[in-house]
Amino acid sequence: MTRLIYFAWVRERIGKGEEEIELDPSIATVADLLSHLKSRGDGYAAALEYQDVIRVAINQEHVDHDAPVRDAREIALFPPMTGG
Amino acid sequence: MSRLRIEVQRDDFDIGAELALIAAQDSNIGAIVTFSGLCRDEAGTLSALEIEHYPGMAEAEIRRTALEAMERWPLTGLTIIHRYGLVRPGDNIVLILAASTHRHAAFDAASFLMDYLKNTAPFWKKEHFIDGTDGGWVEAKSRDEDAFKRWHSL
Repeated sequence: MTRLIYFAWVRERIGKGEEEIELDPSIATVADLLSHLKSRGDGYAAALEYQDVIRVAINQEHVDHDAPVRDAREIALFPPMTGG
Repeated sequence: MSRLRIEVQRDDFDIGAELALIAAQDSNIGAIVTFSGLCRDEAGTLSALEIEHYPGMAEAEIRRTALEAMERWPLTGLTIIHRYGLVRPGDNIVLILAASTHRHAAFDAASFLMDYLKNTAPFWKKEHFIDGTDGGWVEAKSRDEDAFKRWHSL
C-alpha cells in the first residue's frame, strides 16, 4: 500500500488529507498516477485538472512528473509552495 | 564546524533571543544578517493568514537548503525558523539568521535561503479577510520563481 497525502487546495478539492491505495503495476510514473487519480471522481478531477502545475514529493523529496513511483511509501501532491 | 538550528513551529519566536543564541556560539562572528518575514494586513483587509505545512518534509527541505547554503558560503552559524498555523497582521512568519566572519557571505546566504524556501519549502498560505470572506490560497508568484532560478546561474 502507498500513502497519498494532499495539501492546500489539492486537499480541499479531493476532500481528504490522505489515503492509502494499492498502486496497479501499470502505474509506473508520477504522471501515470495523476492520470489514474483523475478518473477516481469529480473531486480528483477538479484538483488535478491542470496536471502540470501539481507539485509532487516522494518519500518527502521533490520529484518531477517522470519519476518512478514503484518504491514510494509516501507520495504527496500539492500546489506550488507559498511559504516564507 | 558551523552551527545549524532549524525549527518549524506554531509559536512565535523571539528575534533578540535567537540573535543572542547564535552570537554566543562563536567568538569569531563578524556579521549576522537577520531576515524576518511578517504577515501584512493587505491595506487593512486581511484578518489572518492560515499557514499549512507538510510535517516532516518541511524540516527536511529546510535542512537540505541550509546544507547547500553552508557549502556555498563560509557560515559560522545559521538559524532558520518557520511558523505554521494562524498568524495575524504584524506577526512573525519566518526568521533567517546567517552568521559569518564577514558580511558578504551572511547577506548572500540569507538572500539565497529565502529565495529557496519560498519555492521549495512545503508551506502554503490561505487568506482570511476582515469582512469574513475566505480569500483563498495565495498563488505562487513568478517573481519568486525568477529569484529562485537566478541562483542556478551564479
